[in-house]
Amino acid sequence: MSKIIFDCVRKSFPGGLEVLKGVSLSVKGGESHIILGQSGCGKSVFLKCLLGIMAIDSGDIRVDDLSVKDRLRSGEYMRKFSILFQGNALFDSMTIIENVEFGIGQAKKNISKCRDMAAEKLLAVGLEPRVFDLYPSEISGGMQKRAAMARAIAVEPEILLFDEPTSGLDPVTGGVICHLLRDTVKNLGVTSLTITHDLKVAAFLSDRVSVLNQGDIVWTGHASTMKKCGNEFVEHFYHASSAIGEDRTT
Amino acid sequence: MFKPMATLGSYALASLQEIGMISIFAVRGIKSCFLPPFFWREIFRQLMALGFYSLPIVGLTAIFAGMVLALQTYVGFTRFNAEGAVASVVVISITRELGPVFAGLMVAGRTSSSIAAEIGSMRVSEQIDALITLQVDPYKFLVAPRIIAGVLMVPFLVLIADIIGVMGGFLVSTTLLDFSVGSYIAQTVKNMEMIDVISGLVKAAFFGLSVACFGCYHGFHCDLGARGVGNATTSAVVSSCIGILVLNYLLTALFFGI
Ligand SMILES: Nc1ncnc2c1ncn2[C@@H]1O[C@H](COP(=O)(O)OP(=O)(O)OP(=O)(O)O)[C@@H](O)[C@H]1O
Ligand SMILES: [Mg+2]
Repeated sequence: MSKIIFDCVRKSFPGGLEVLKGVSLSVKGGESHIILGQSGCGKSVFLKCLLGIMAIDSGDIRVDDLSVKDRLRSGEYMRKFSILFQGNALFDSMTIIENVEFGIGQAKKNISKCRDMAAEKLLAVGLEPRVFDLYPSEISGGMQKRAAMARAIAVEPEILLFDEPTSGLDPVTGGVICHLLRDTVKNLGVTSLTITHDLKVAAFLSDRVSVLNQGDIVWTGHASTMKKCGNEFVEHFYHASSAIGEDRTT
Repeated sequence: MFKPMATLGSYALASLQEIGMISIFAVRGIKSCFLPPFFWREIFRQLMALGFYSLPIVGLTAIFAGMVLALQTYVGFTRFNAEGAVASVVVISITRELGPVFAGLMVAGRTSSSIAAEIGSMRVSEQIDALITLQVDPYKFLVAPRIIAGVLMVPFLVLIADIIGVMGGFLVSTTLLDFSVGSYIAQTVKNMEMIDVISGLVKAAFFGLSVACFGCYHGFHCDLGARGVGNATTSAVVSSCIGILVLNYLLTALFFGI
Protein backbone atom coordinates (compact mmCIF):
# COMPACT_ATOMS: atom_id res chain seq x y z
CA MET A 1 0.00 0.00 0.00
CA SER A 2 1.51 3.33 -1.03
CA LYS A 3 1.87 5.89 1.69
CA ILE A 4 3.29 8.77 -0.32
CA ILE A 5 2.56 9.25 -4.00
CA PHE A 6 4.18 11.85 -6.22
CA ASP A 7 2.19 12.19 -9.38
CA CYS A 8 3.99 14.02 -12.17
CA VAL A 9 5.10 16.89 -9.93
CA ARG A 10 6.54 19.97 -11.56
CA LYS A 11 8.21 22.85 -9.80
CA SER A 12 10.01 25.81 -11.29
CA PHE A 13 11.34 29.05 -9.91
CA PRO A 14 11.00 32.57 -11.26
CA GLY A 15 13.67 33.03 -13.88
CA GLY A 16 12.75 29.86 -15.70
CA LEU A 17 14.70 27.35 -13.63
CA GLU A 18 12.69 24.14 -13.69
CA VAL A 19 13.87 22.01 -10.79
CA LEU A 20 11.33 19.18 -10.81
CA LYS A 21 10.20 18.11 -14.26
CA GLY A 22 7.35 15.74 -13.67
CA VAL A 23 8.55 13.59 -10.79
CA SER A 24 6.54 10.46 -10.10
CA LEU A 25 7.34 8.25 -7.14
CA SER A 26 5.55 6.05 -4.68
CA VAL A 27 6.76 5.21 -1.21
CA LYS A 28 5.21 2.25 0.61
CA GLY A 29 4.01 2.44 4.19
CA GLY A 30 6.70 1.40 6.70
CA GLU A 31 9.39 1.63 4.06
CA SER A 32 12.70 3.36 4.47
CA HIS A 33 13.23 5.15 1.20
CA ILE A 34 16.33 7.01 0.08
CA ILE A 35 16.62 9.81 -2.44
CA LEU A 36 20.07 10.08 -3.98
CA GLY A 37 21.22 12.84 -6.23
CA GLN A 38 23.90 15.35 -7.05
CA SER A 39 24.23 18.57 -5.18
CA GLY A 40 21.78 21.16 -6.45
CA CYS A 41 19.57 18.70 -8.32
CA GLY A 42 16.53 19.67 -6.29
CA LYS A 43 16.42 17.20 -3.40
CA SER A 44 15.61 19.79 -0.76
CA VAL A 45 13.05 21.36 -3.06
CA PHE A 46 11.53 17.91 -3.46
CA LEU A 47 11.04 17.61 0.31
CA LYS A 48 9.67 21.12 0.65
CA CYS A 49 7.13 20.38 -2.05
CA LEU A 50 6.12 17.27 -0.16
CA LEU A 51 5.60 19.35 2.97
CA GLY A 52 3.67 21.95 1.04
CA ILE A 53 6.08 24.68 2.12
CA MET A 54 6.75 25.25 -1.56
CA ALA A 55 3.74 25.24 -3.84
CA ILE A 56 3.98 22.87 -6.79
CA ASP A 57 3.18 24.10 -10.27
CA SER A 58 1.31 21.04 -11.47
CA GLY A 59 0.76 17.41 -10.60
CA ASP A 60 -0.23 16.18 -7.17
CA ILE A 61 1.31 14.79 -4.03
CA ARG A 62 -0.82 12.50 -1.88
CA VAL A 63 -0.19 11.07 1.54
CA ASP A 64 -2.69 8.37 2.45
CA ASP A 65 -5.82 9.98 1.08
CA LEU A 66 -4.82 13.57 1.63
CA SER A 67 -3.53 15.83 -1.07
CA VAL A 68 -0.83 18.42 -0.41
CA LYS A 69 -3.30 20.95 -1.77
CA ASP A 70 -5.51 20.36 1.28
CA ARG A 71 -2.70 21.19 3.64
CA LEU A 72 -3.97 24.63 4.48
CA ARG A 73 -7.50 23.42 5.10
CA SER A 74 -6.67 20.99 7.86
CA GLY A 75 -3.73 20.32 10.10
CA GLU A 76 -4.04 16.62 9.47
CA TYR A 77 -1.69 16.57 6.49
CA MET A 78 1.13 18.28 8.31
CA ARG A 79 0.65 16.23 11.47
CA LYS A 80 1.86 13.19 9.59
CA PHE A 81 5.34 14.62 9.10
CA SER A 82 8.38 15.49 10.99
CA ILE A 83 11.53 16.70 9.31
CA LEU A 84 15.19 17.16 9.96
CA PHE A 85 16.15 20.16 7.82
CA GLN A 86 19.46 20.28 6.00
CA GLY A 87 20.42 23.38 7.98
CA ASN A 88 18.98 21.99 11.24
CA ALA A 89 16.62 24.96 11.67
CA LEU A 90 16.84 24.98 15.46
CA PHE A 91 15.13 28.01 16.98
CA ASP A 92 17.81 30.50 18.02
CA SER A 93 15.73 32.01 20.76
CA MET A 94 15.34 28.72 22.63
CA THR A 95 17.80 26.48 24.38
CA ILE A 96 18.44 22.99 23.05
CA ILE A 97 16.05 21.31 25.42
CA GLU A 98 13.41 23.97 24.86
CA ASN A 99 13.63 23.34 21.13
CA VAL A 100 12.75 19.68 21.60
CA GLU A 101 10.17 20.49 24.28
CA PHE A 102 8.52 23.03 21.98
CA GLY A 103 8.24 20.41 19.24
CA ILE A 104 6.64 17.89 21.59
CA GLY A 105 4.38 20.53 23.11
CA GLN A 106 3.03 21.52 19.72
CA ALA A 107 2.47 17.99 18.52
CA LYS A 108 0.83 16.66 21.66
CA LYS A 109 -1.04 19.48 23.27
CA ASN A 110 -1.85 17.98 26.63
CA ILE A 111 1.25 16.30 27.80
CA SER A 112 2.71 17.15 31.15
CA LYS A 113 6.12 15.59 30.96
CA CYS A 114 7.43 17.37 27.88
CA ARG A 115 10.70 18.20 29.52
CA ASP A 116 11.43 14.65 30.65
CA MET A 117 10.58 13.36 27.20
CA ALA A 118 12.79 15.98 25.60
CA ALA A 119 15.69 15.10 27.86
CA GLU A 120 15.22 11.43 27.08
CA LYS A 121 15.33 12.07 23.32
CA LEU A 122 18.40 14.27 23.65
CA LEU A 123 20.19 11.57 25.61
CA ALA A 124 19.15 9.06 22.96
CA VAL A 125 20.91 11.03 20.24
CA GLY A 126 24.01 11.15 22.41
CA LEU A 127 23.92 14.69 23.74
CA GLU A 128 25.18 15.27 27.25
CA PRO A 129 22.99 17.02 29.84
CA ARG A 130 25.66 19.74 29.92
CA VAL A 131 24.47 21.16 26.60
CA PHE A 132 20.73 20.99 27.29
CA ASP A 133 20.53 24.55 28.51
CA LEU A 134 22.82 26.08 25.91
CA TYR A 135 21.56 27.96 22.88
CA PRO A 136 22.03 26.52 19.37
CA SER A 137 24.69 29.10 18.57
CA GLU A 138 26.76 27.87 21.51
CA ILE A 139 27.17 24.28 20.36
CA SER A 140 28.96 22.70 17.43
CA GLY A 141 27.36 21.92 14.09
CA GLY A 142 27.36 18.19 14.79
CA MET A 143 25.66 18.72 18.14
CA GLN A 144 23.10 20.94 16.47
CA LYS A 145 22.37 18.20 13.98
CA ARG A 146 21.79 15.75 16.80
CA ALA A 147 19.54 18.18 18.61
CA ALA A 148 17.54 18.74 15.45
CA MET A 149 17.33 14.99 15.04
CA ALA A 150 16.00 14.70 18.59
CA ARG A 151 13.36 17.31 17.83
CA ALA A 152 12.34 15.48 14.68
CA ILE A 153 11.96 12.04 16.25
CA ALA A 154 10.45 13.31 19.50
CA VAL A 155 7.08 14.08 17.97
CA GLU A 156 6.66 10.48 16.79
CA PRO A 157 5.00 11.16 13.44
CA GLU A 158 3.90 8.72 10.76
CA ILE A 159 6.48 9.90 8.28
CA LEU A 160 10.02 11.01 9.06
CA LEU A 161 11.91 13.12 6.55
CA PHE A 162 15.64 13.55 6.81
CA ASP A 163 17.55 16.00 4.65
CA GLU A 164 21.21 14.98 4.71
CA PRO A 165 21.19 13.52 8.24
CA THR A 166 24.88 12.66 8.28
CA SER A 167 26.49 15.52 6.40
CA GLY A 168 28.94 17.49 8.49
CA LEU A 169 29.35 14.75 11.06
CA ASP A 170 32.40 12.69 11.90
CA PRO A 171 32.16 8.98 10.94
CA VAL A 172 31.50 7.88 14.53
CA THR A 173 28.66 10.31 15.10
CA GLY A 174 27.39 9.71 11.59
CA GLY A 175 27.27 6.01 12.40
CA VAL A 176 25.43 6.67 15.65
CA ILE A 177 22.89 8.81 13.83
CA CYS A 178 22.44 6.15 11.16
CA HIS A 179 21.78 3.45 13.72
CA LEU A 180 19.46 5.76 15.58
CA LEU A 181 17.60 6.49 12.40
CA ARG A 182 17.21 2.87 11.52
CA ASP A 183 16.13 1.93 15.04
CA THR A 184 13.66 4.76 15.27
CA VAL A 185 12.13 3.87 11.96
CA LYS A 186 11.94 0.21 12.96
CA ASN A 187 10.64 0.78 16.50
CA LEU A 188 8.02 3.32 15.60
CA GLY A 189 7.07 1.51 12.42
CA VAL A 190 7.16 4.78 10.56
CA THR A 191 7.76 5.50 6.92
CA SER A 192 10.95 7.41 6.28
CA LEU A 193 12.28 9.36 3.37
CA THR A 194 15.94 10.21 3.61
CA ILE A 195 18.01 12.42 1.38
CA THR A 196 21.67 11.72 1.18
CA HIS A 197 24.53 11.52 -1.25
CA ASP A 198 26.40 8.97 0.83
CA LEU A 199 26.02 5.53 -0.72
CA LYS A 200 27.04 3.75 2.47
CA VAL A 201 24.30 5.48 4.38
CA ALA A 202 21.90 4.64 1.59
CA ALA A 203 22.84 0.97 1.64
CA PHE A 204 22.62 0.82 5.43
CA LEU A 205 19.27 2.50 5.80
CA SER A 206 17.28 1.76 2.78
CA ASP A 207 14.76 -0.65 1.54
CA ARG A 208 14.72 1.19 -1.74
CA VAL A 209 16.71 3.94 -3.39
CA SER A 210 15.50 6.48 -5.92
CA VAL A 211 17.94 8.53 -7.90
CA LEU A 212 17.03 12.07 -8.81
CA ASN A 213 18.77 13.58 -11.81
CA GLN A 214 17.95 16.62 -13.90
CA GLY A 215 14.53 17.03 -12.43
CA ASP A 216 13.32 13.49 -12.65
CA ILE A 217 13.61 10.15 -10.86
CA VAL A 218 15.81 8.17 -13.22
CA TRP A 219 15.97 4.91 -11.31
CA THR A 220 14.39 3.16 -8.33
CA GLY A 221 15.60 -0.08 -6.84
CA HIS A 222 17.57 -1.69 -4.04
CA ALA A 223 20.92 -0.16 -3.17
CA SER A 224 22.75 -3.42 -3.80
CA THR A 225 21.58 -3.52 -7.42
CA MET A 226 22.75 0.00 -8.20
CA LYS A 227 26.11 -1.10 -9.46
CA LYS A 228 24.72 -2.93 -12.48
CA CYS A 229 21.34 -1.37 -13.00
CA GLY A 230 21.78 -0.45 -16.63
CA ASN A 231 21.24 3.26 -16.12
CA GLU A 232 24.29 5.20 -17.17
CA PHE A 233 23.91 8.07 -14.68
CA VAL A 234 23.23 5.79 -11.72
CA GLU A 235 26.24 3.61 -12.49
CA HIS A 236 28.38 6.69 -12.95
CA PHE A 237 27.16 8.00 -9.59
CA TYR A 238 27.92 4.65 -7.97
CA HIS A 239 31.41 4.35 -9.37
CA ALA A 240 32.28 7.97 -8.65
CA SER A 241 31.42 7.54 -4.97
CA SER A 242 33.20 4.24 -4.60
CA ALA A 243 36.25 5.65 -6.38
CA ILE A 244 36.51 8.33 -3.71
CA GLY A 245 36.12 5.62 -1.10
CA GLU A 246 39.07 3.70 -2.59
CA ASP A 247 41.25 6.79 -2.73
CA ARG A 248 40.62 7.44 0.92
CA THR A 249 41.53 3.95 2.07
CA THR A 250 44.76 3.74 0.12
CA MET B 1 12.44 58.80 -24.62
CA PHE B 2 9.76 56.53 -23.21
CA LYS B 3 12.16 54.53 -21.13
CA PRO B 4 12.28 56.84 -18.08
CA MET B 5 8.51 57.03 -18.04
CA ALA B 6 8.20 53.27 -18.19
CA THR B 7 10.66 52.87 -15.33
CA LEU B 8 8.79 55.44 -13.30
CA GLY B 9 5.52 53.75 -14.04
CA SER B 10 6.74 50.32 -13.06
CA TYR B 11 8.16 51.79 -9.84
CA ALA B 12 4.80 53.33 -9.05
CA LEU B 13 3.02 50.06 -9.72
CA ALA B 14 5.50 48.12 -7.63
CA SER B 15 5.07 50.55 -4.74
CA LEU B 16 1.30 50.23 -4.90
CA GLN B 17 1.59 46.48 -4.93
CA GLU B 18 3.93 46.64 -1.93
CA ILE B 19 1.50 48.84 0.00
CA GLY B 20 -1.27 46.36 -0.73
CA MET B 21 0.84 43.45 0.42
CA ILE B 22 1.86 45.22 3.61
CA SER B 23 -1.77 46.05 4.36
CA ILE B 24 -2.83 42.44 3.93
CA PHE B 25 0.11 41.36 6.07
CA ALA B 26 -0.77 43.87 8.80
CA VAL B 27 -4.43 42.84 8.87
CA ARG B 28 -3.48 39.21 9.15
CA GLY B 29 -0.95 40.03 11.87
CA ILE B 30 -3.43 42.08 13.87
CA LYS B 31 -6.06 39.37 13.55
CA SER B 32 -3.65 36.80 14.93
CA CYS B 33 -3.13 38.95 18.05
CA PHE B 34 -6.68 38.12 19.11
CA LEU B 35 -6.83 34.43 18.27
CA PRO B 36 -5.41 31.66 20.46
CA PRO B 37 -2.98 30.05 20.96
CA PHE B 38 -0.98 32.81 22.63
CA PHE B 39 2.73 32.40 23.03
CA TRP B 40 3.14 34.17 26.35
CA ARG B 41 6.85 33.65 26.56
CA GLU B 42 7.42 35.21 23.17
CA ILE B 43 5.12 38.09 24.06
CA PHE B 44 7.05 38.72 27.25
CA ARG B 45 10.36 38.50 25.41
CA GLN B 46 9.22 41.06 22.87
CA LEU B 47 7.80 43.37 25.54
CA MET B 48 11.22 43.39 27.13
CA ALA B 49 13.18 43.71 23.88
CA LEU B 50 11.04 46.47 22.42
CA GLY B 51 10.05 48.32 25.57
CA PHE B 52 12.44 47.90 28.40
CA TYR B 53 15.65 47.83 26.42
CA SER B 54 14.63 50.91 24.45
CA LEU B 55 14.31 52.97 27.63
CA PRO B 56 17.88 54.31 27.73
CA ILE B 57 17.94 55.48 24.14
CA VAL B 58 14.46 56.99 24.31
CA GLY B 59 15.27 58.70 27.62
CA LEU B 60 18.48 60.12 26.22
CA THR B 61 16.75 61.42 23.11
CA ALA B 62 13.97 62.95 25.16
CA ILE B 63 16.17 64.77 27.63
CA PHE B 64 18.24 66.38 24.89
CA ALA B 65 15.14 67.24 22.89
CA GLY B 66 13.67 68.97 25.94
CA MET B 67 16.91 70.79 26.69
CA VAL B 68 17.47 72.08 23.18
CA LEU B 69 13.84 73.02 22.87
CA ALA B 70 14.07 75.22 25.99
CA LEU B 71 17.21 76.88 24.68
CA GLN B 72 15.84 77.52 21.20
CA THR B 73 12.54 78.81 22.39
CA TYR B 74 14.25 81.10 24.83
CA VAL B 75 16.55 82.51 22.17
CA GLY B 76 13.73 82.90 19.68
CA PHE B 77 11.18 84.30 22.09
CA THR B 78 13.46 86.93 23.63
CA ARG B 79 13.36 88.64 20.23
CA PHE B 80 9.80 89.64 20.91
CA ASN B 81 9.96 89.62 24.68
CA ALA B 82 7.95 86.44 25.09
CA GLU B 83 10.56 84.41 26.93
CA GLY B 84 8.05 83.80 29.72
CA ALA B 85 6.32 81.28 27.47
CA VAL B 86 9.23 78.84 27.43
CA ALA B 87 7.65 76.45 29.91
CA SER B 88 4.36 76.30 28.00
CA VAL B 89 6.09 75.78 24.66
CA VAL B 90 8.22 73.00 26.08
CA VAL B 91 5.37 71.07 27.65
CA ILE B 92 3.04 71.47 24.69
CA SER B 93 5.62 70.58 22.03
CA ILE B 94 6.97 67.64 23.94
CA THR B 95 3.65 66.02 24.76
CA ARG B 96 1.99 66.69 21.44
CA GLU B 97 4.77 66.20 18.99
CA LEU B 98 8.36 65.69 19.99
CA GLY B 99 7.88 62.96 22.59
CA PRO B 100 5.86 60.63 20.34
CA VAL B 101 7.80 61.30 17.14
CA PHE B 102 11.28 61.13 18.63
CA ALA B 103 10.48 58.05 20.68
CA GLY B 104 8.78 56.46 17.67
CA LEU B 105 11.72 57.14 15.38
CA MET B 106 14.23 55.88 17.91
CA VAL B 107 12.25 52.68 18.42
CA ALA B 108 11.93 52.34 14.64
CA GLY B 109 15.69 52.61 14.23
CA ARG B 110 16.46 50.30 17.07
CA THR B 111 13.71 47.74 16.92
CA SER B 112 12.30 47.43 13.42
CA SER B 113 15.80 46.67 12.20
CA SER B 114 16.32 43.96 14.78
CA ILE B 115 12.88 42.50 14.11
CA ALA B 116 13.61 42.35 10.39
CA ALA B 117 17.05 40.87 10.97
CA GLU B 118 15.79 38.24 13.39
CA ILE B 119 12.84 37.12 11.30
CA GLY B 120 14.87 37.40 8.11
CA SER B 121 17.56 35.10 9.41
CA MET B 122 14.88 32.72 10.64
CA ARG B 123 13.54 32.67 7.10
CA VAL B 124 17.00 32.08 5.66
CA SER B 125 17.87 29.30 8.10
CA GLU B 126 14.54 27.51 7.51
CA GLN B 127 13.30 28.18 11.05
CA ILE B 128 10.04 29.54 9.68
CA ASP B 129 9.63 26.36 7.64
CA ALA B 130 10.34 24.41 10.82
CA LEU B 131 7.58 26.32 12.62
CA ILE B 132 5.15 25.44 9.85
CA THR B 133 6.04 21.76 10.03
CA LEU B 134 5.44 21.87 13.79
CA GLN B 135 2.04 23.35 12.93
CA VAL B 136 2.79 26.64 14.56
CA ASP B 137 1.33 29.60 12.70
CA PRO B 138 4.30 31.94 12.14
CA TYR B 139 1.92 34.89 12.33
CA LYS B 140 0.90 33.89 15.84
CA PHE B 141 4.37 32.98 16.98
CA LEU B 142 6.40 35.75 15.35
CA VAL B 143 4.18 38.60 14.23
CA ALA B 144 1.53 38.80 16.95
CA PRO B 145 3.95 39.10 19.91
CA ARG B 146 5.81 41.89 18.16
CA ILE B 147 2.66 43.79 17.28
CA ILE B 148 1.40 43.44 20.85
CA ALA B 149 4.74 44.63 22.18
CA GLY B 150 4.81 47.59 19.79
CA VAL B 151 1.27 48.72 20.51
CA LEU B 152 1.70 48.44 24.28
CA MET B 153 5.27 49.51 24.79
CA VAL B 154 5.69 52.49 22.48
CA PRO B 155 2.98 54.47 24.36
CA PHE B 156 4.72 53.52 27.58
CA LEU B 157 8.02 54.74 26.18
CA VAL B 158 6.40 57.95 24.98
CA LEU B 159 4.98 58.59 28.45
CA ILE B 160 8.48 58.26 29.86
CA ALA B 161 9.84 60.44 27.05
CA ASP B 162 7.24 63.11 27.86
CA ILE B 163 8.27 63.19 31.49
CA ILE B 164 11.99 63.18 30.78
CA GLY B 165 11.66 65.74 27.97
CA VAL B 166 9.81 68.18 30.19
CA MET B 167 12.43 67.57 32.86
CA GLY B 168 15.14 68.43 30.34
CA GLY B 169 13.50 71.74 29.56
CA PHE B 170 13.07 72.39 33.25
CA LEU B 171 16.73 71.69 33.97
CA VAL B 172 18.01 74.05 31.29
CA SER B 173 15.53 76.77 32.13
CA THR B 174 16.17 76.77 35.84
CA THR B 175 19.95 76.37 35.73
CA LEU B 176 21.14 78.16 32.58
CA LEU B 177 18.29 80.57 31.91
CA ASP B 178 17.30 82.20 35.14
CA PHE B 179 13.74 80.91 35.56
CA SER B 180 12.54 80.33 39.08
CA VAL B 181 11.73 76.74 39.94
CA GLY B 182 8.31 77.54 41.33
CA SER B 183 7.00 79.61 38.45
CA TYR B 184 8.36 77.20 35.82
CA ILE B 185 6.58 74.29 37.43
CA ALA B 186 3.41 76.30 37.88
CA GLN B 187 3.40 77.31 34.24
CA THR B 188 4.11 73.78 33.08
CA VAL B 189 1.24 72.37 35.11
CA LYS B 190 -1.10 75.10 33.94
CA ASN B 191 -0.39 74.41 30.28
CA MET B 192 -0.36 70.66 30.37
CA GLU B 193 -3.57 69.46 28.74
CA MET B 194 -4.76 65.91 29.06
CA ILE B 195 -5.80 65.80 25.40
CA ASP B 196 -2.22 66.59 24.35
CA VAL B 197 -0.80 63.74 26.36
CA ILE B 198 -3.48 61.29 25.31
CA SER B 199 -3.26 62.16 21.63
CA GLY B 200 0.48 61.58 21.89
CA LEU B 201 -0.05 58.17 23.43
CA VAL B 202 -2.62 57.14 20.83
CA LYS B 203 -0.23 58.18 18.09
CA ALA B 204 2.44 56.16 19.83
CA ALA B 205 0.33 53.02 19.68
CA PHE B 206 0.06 53.46 15.92
CA PHE B 207 3.79 54.10 15.67
CA GLY B 208 4.38 50.85 17.53
CA LEU B 209 2.13 49.08 15.05
CA SER B 210 4.08 50.60 12.18
CA VAL B 211 7.43 49.53 13.64
CA ALA B 212 6.28 45.96 14.27
CA CYS B 213 4.48 45.50 10.96
CA PHE B 214 7.23 46.87 8.75
CA GLY B 215 9.89 44.97 10.67
CA CYS B 216 8.02 41.69 10.44
CA TYR B 217 6.96 42.22 6.84
CA HIS B 218 10.48 42.85 5.58
CA GLY B 219 11.85 39.99 7.64
CA PHE B 220 9.24 37.61 6.27
CA HIS B 221 9.83 38.63 2.69
CA CYS B 222 13.58 38.77 2.84
CA ASP B 223 15.67 37.33 0.02
CA LEU B 224 17.80 34.36 0.91
CA GLY B 225 21.34 34.97 2.08
CA ALA B 226 23.10 37.49 4.27
CA ARG B 227 22.61 40.28 1.74
CA GLY B 228 18.89 39.63 1.76
CA VAL B 229 18.81 40.07 5.52
CA GLY B 230 20.85 43.26 5.24
CA ASN B 231 18.47 44.71 2.66
CA ALA B 232 15.50 43.68 4.76
CA THR B 233 16.77 45.58 7.80
CA THR B 234 17.43 48.70 5.76
CA SER B 235 13.97 48.59 4.18
CA ALA B 236 12.39 47.97 7.56
CA VAL B 237 13.97 51.05 9.13
CA VAL B 238 13.29 53.31 6.18
CA SER B 239 9.70 52.25 5.71
CA SER B 240 8.78 52.24 9.39
CA CYS B 241 10.22 55.77 9.79
CA ILE B 242 8.24 56.98 6.80
CA GLY B 243 5.21 55.17 8.17
CA ILE B 244 5.60 57.00 11.46
CA LEU B 245 5.89 60.42 9.83
CA VAL B 246 2.87 59.84 7.59
CA LEU B 247 0.78 58.42 10.42
CA ASN B 248 1.85 61.33 12.59
CA TYR B 249 0.46 63.84 10.14
CA LEU B 250 -2.76 61.95 9.53
CA LEU B 251 -3.46 61.36 13.22
CA THR B 252 -2.64 64.94 14.17
CA ALA B 253 -5.02 66.22 11.51
CA LEU B 254 -7.65 63.82 12.77
CA PHE B 255 -7.21 64.69 16.44
CA PHE B 256 -7.30 68.39 16.12
CA GLY B 257 -9.99 68.36 13.52
CA ILE B 258 -8.14 70.15 10.78
N1 LIG C 1 13.76 29.56 -2.98
C1 LIG C 1 14.38 29.34 -4.14
N2 LIG C 1 14.33 30.26 -5.12
C2 LIG C 1 14.94 30.05 -6.30
N3 LIG C 1 15.65 28.95 -6.58
C3 LIG C 1 15.75 28.00 -5.66
C4 LIG C 1 15.13 28.13 -4.38
N4 LIG C 1 15.40 27.02 -3.64
C5 LIG C 1 16.15 26.25 -4.44
N5 LIG C 1 16.37 26.81 -5.64
C6 LIG C 1 17.12 26.22 -6.74
O1 LIG C 1 16.71 24.89 -6.91
C7 LIG C 1 17.81 24.06 -7.21
C8 LIG C 1 17.81 22.86 -6.28
O2 LIG C 1 18.06 23.27 -4.96
P1 LIG C 1 18.07 22.26 -3.74
O3 LIG C 1 18.32 23.05 -2.53
O4 LIG C 1 16.86 21.42 -3.78
O5 LIG C 1 19.33 21.35 -4.06
P2 LIG C 1 19.77 20.01 -3.31
O6 LIG C 1 19.56 18.90 -4.26
O7 LIG C 1 19.12 19.91 -2.01
O8 LIG C 1 21.33 20.24 -3.16
P3 LIG C 1 22.29 19.92 -1.92
O9 LIG C 1 22.64 18.49 -2.00
O10 LIG C 1 23.47 20.80 -2.16
O11 LIG C 1 21.53 20.28 -0.69
C9 LIG C 1 19.05 24.91 -7.09
O12 LIG C 1 19.52 25.17 -8.38
C10 LIG C 1 18.59 26.18 -6.44
O13 LIG C 1 19.25 27.27 -7.02
MG1 LIG D 1 19.60 20.14 -0.11
